[in-house]
Amino acid sequence: MTASGDVMVTGHGTVPTAAHETGTPLHEERGVNTALLGMLLFIASEVMFFGGLFAVYFNVRAANRVWPPEGFHVEALPIPLIATIILVVSSFTMQRAVWRIRANDRTGMNRALLVTLLLGIVFLAIQLYDYTTLGFGLSSGVYGSLFYTMTGFHGAHVFGGVIGILVVMLRGMAGQFSAGHHVAVEAVSIYWHFVDVVWIALFTTLYLLR
Amino acid sequence: MATTALTPRAIPYPRSRVYEWLTTTDHKKIGVLYITSSFIFFLLAGILALFIRSELALPGSQIFDPTSGLYNQVFTMHGTTMIFLFVMPMLTGFGNYIVPLQIGAADMAFPRINALSFWMIPLSGILLFSGFFLGGAAAAGWTSYAPLSAREVGPGQDLWIVGLILNGTSSILGGINFIATIFKLRAPGMTLMRMPLFVWNVLVTSLLLLFAVPVLTSALIMLFIDRNYGGGFFNPAAGGNAILWQHVFWFFGHPEVYIMILPAFGIISEVLPVFSRKPLFGYRAFVMATVAIGALGFGVWAHHMFTTGSVYLPFFAFTTFLISVPTGVKMFNWIATMWRGRLQFTTAMLFAVGFLATFLIGGLDGAFAAAAPVDFHLQDTYWVVSHLHYVLFGGSAFGVFAATYYWFPKIFGVRLDEGFGKIHFTLHFLGTQLAFFPMHLLGLDGMPRRIQDYSPAAGWQDMNVLSTIGAFMIAISILPFLWNVFISLRKPRDAGDDPWDAFTLEWATTSPPPPHNFDALPPIRSERPLFDLKYGELMGGHAGQHATPAEAAGYPTEADREAQSDPQGRADLPTNPTVADVEAGTTARSEAGGSGVIVVRPADSEAPGQPAAPATEAAPETPAAPETPATPETGEPKLVPPVTHAPGEGEVTSAADASRPSAEVTERVRRQARQKGTPPSDARPEEPR
Ligand code: HEM
Ligand SMILES: [Cu+2]
Repeated sequence: MTASGDVMVTGHGTVPTAAHETGTPLHEERGVNTALLGMLLFIASEVMFFGGLFAVYFNVRAANRVWPPEGFHVEALPIPLIATIILVVSSFTMQRAVWRIRANDRTGMNRALLVTLLLGIVFLAIQLYDYTTLGFGLSSGVYGSLFYTMTGFHGAHVFGGVIGILVVMLRGMAGQFSAGHHVAVEAVSIYWHFVDVVWIALFTTLYLLR
Repeated sequence: MATTALTPRAIPYPRSRVYEWLTTTDHKKIGVLYITSSFIFFLLAGILALFIRSELALPGSQIFDPTSGLYNQVFTMHGTTMIFLFVMPMLTGFGNYIVPLQIGAADMAFPRINALSFWMIPLSGILLFSGFFLGGAAAAGWTSYAPLSAREVGPGQDLWIVGLILNGTSSILGGINFIATIFKLRAPGMTLMRMPLFVWNVLVTSLLLLFAVPVLTSALIMLFIDRNYGGGFFNPAAGGNAILWQHVFWFFGHPEVYIMILPAFGIISEVLPVFSRKPLFGYRAFVMATVAIGALGFGVWAHHMFTTGSVYLPFFAFTTFLISVPTGVKMFNWIATMWRGRLQFTTAMLFAVGFLATFLIGGLDGAFAAAAPVDFHLQDTYWVVSHLHYVLFGGSAFGVFAATYYWFPKIFGVRLDEGFGKIHFTLHFLGTQLAFFPMHLLGLDGMPRRIQDYSPAAGWQDMNVLSTIGAFMIAISILPFLWNVFISLRKPRDAGDDPWDAFTLEWATTSPPPPHNFDALPPIRSERPLFDLKYGELMGGHAGQHATPAEAAGYPTEADREAQSDPQGRADLPTNPTVADVEAGTTARSEAGGSGVIVVRPADSEAPGQPAAPATEAAPETPAAPETPATPETGEPKLVPPVTHAPGEGEVTSAADASRPSAEVTERVRRQARQKGTPPSDARPEEPR
């Protein structure tokens, strides 16, 4: 109860400033943290974005008797599989970073973040290399358009995640974050897992269910 | 938390007004920015509409050179602007201003993202319109069907795509922000089923935005790749499929129409009860209908594609009829709300009632088109143009004007002039009917949409002339409105906190509200907390003489728990007070009886008894309070919640410590109520429950 007993004081005596920046701590925090909720909602919208691409892929695929069409060929082995393993492993290292900081071990977190960052960069490099070996392009028919758009937008998301990890790592190295205060790390890790899951769906769709 | 330390008061850092507005993260300022910029786009798109109607009034080419293709650009930009730059951001603007106030929050959950969302809108508008100066704006219609849109040469279509991706990103971020705000920042006591209906509708709209707009983004990206990088998505020659565009577009497009109408439903559901002096009839059913519309909205998209031959007609016709049902439920809710109410025909109310009439016609039009066999006749004729204008102009735009007249005093502290308002409404309403009703007949007669010219022998001229006259009437109706805004803003800002004797929390603070919105909130026990505050005791509610000792002491009671299981919180809102009750000032509440004497008004900064400033004022220009514990890891100030609330949702605030300046405020509220002599004809003995 408030000091006066008969009112719920919910505002501030003056213009809110710091409170203004992070969402207003007017009410005690219950349930999921607001910033994490924001990230989860953002991921929901991303799911719909990729959903649109996947829906188009399956629609076109169902309409074509030969799939992939004549002249297109992709192989799951060895490169894409290696890339997949790398990304999956990076999800674990990312989660380790979260666990470390939950245990208030900032150095451990930084180390795990660095490994994740490197794995993410290696994944991107492998993907770019893979593109050079495929022998078809964005404009060589609908298959090429689909393949490059889907993997390309996924790659862009990995890149975004790499930037996110970099930022979080630099903040960690600057001595930020603690067991009780590391929403940014949690948010980046959720995002990274999401990117990983999308890749697994893509790998399955494009390479395995050919 | 009885001893909140006082922080050193922040000294306002002098900045120019312009800088203040350009960099603001205050939801109210951002709301005003949204509203004004959308209104400018409304005027622009309206001028385009006048060109279209002038061209169509008579056979032959009056305005546009038929070889220039300019007519196509104009109708494309008209539709795109009205939808993406007027209706959507306008409703977002009202949402921005009103939602945090209605739920008793100090701001949106993510104020800076809120500012970002806003600034993307004018930028996307500039991109869209710049086409006109760079060799031709987009010209494939607001639906931009492939393959036409994939082949259209010139930068206009690309600018359209990029502009809409930007616009859509703004919508997605806005949706996330609203959802987080509504789920995380509601005041204690405001359960989901006590949220004002405007908030409910904004919530469902935001979910629709979140799930529908990203699909449009993916469609737009594919179209962009087709146009610029030789992609084959919508190109059958490359193995793609042109109809696919329609599927992806309408998967977004149909939820989109509900995105444009649900907030207007919310506005109407705020305005009608206040000016009928009754609670909304069937709150729960209304909420359910809103949720149902949101869910079903994703299952009807192919009713826009009946004639393509590639959709399963019975399914989509069925779901389309199904979605009319919750819309119909709402119609009955509104009518029953007005039934036997003490109707006050303010301009806001007139627009709300006008909405009911016009939207009903539009809904019925839709139901006709939902019957696939009928739609084979109506598809791509002026019938569809008539339908969409009845629902969007007669619906969404009427809602926007109802909101403008209703909330103007809150936003600017002064009411709009009722005389000019009524002139505006009359011309607006008649103009709408005159402009859009004849289109039904033209459509039935087979006049296709999106044509620049027609044969004099077709016999379509009379109806087209009528329609054009109606369009100009609407345009003229805007003049008294603009004049009204102009003169009203020059008047003294004396509307007072609660000029309509309204029900919801936005009226429980000053007009305009202070930057932090509230210093104190009344207890929230129903979806009409302000009504309860003003009239609770007349209604014999538990805040009145029936207060139990526990209640008086400020603890949640049986009644509170009951109120929670009764989601409308009505268990405690029974009988019908009479005018006599109010005049006699039957304020039966016992002063010590837990009636919740409330400071509603933000206390003047110098006023005694002002709530202690919380120790959160650690902005860059403010020296951090010494007591503010800074988190060592981050150097960021740790945010200390200003108060800890008593446990329980249905928190009771007791008046035990009644020696507060609040007594005076309460007295003022009572006095207001007495002067107005408009007690609620509340309670609903007639309502079958
Ligand atoms: C009562 C519920 C409704 C039903 C049954 C319904 C049904 C339909 C149908 C079947 C069409 C396709 C007509 C055709 O192209 O042949 C249509 C078009 C349209 N509807 Fe509705 N509708 C309803 C409510 C609404 C609402 C509330 C809005 C917007 C606020 C709306 C906006 C539109 C628009 C903009 C189009 C035309 C899109 C275009 O082709 O440019 N409708 N409606
Ligand atoms: Cu539709």
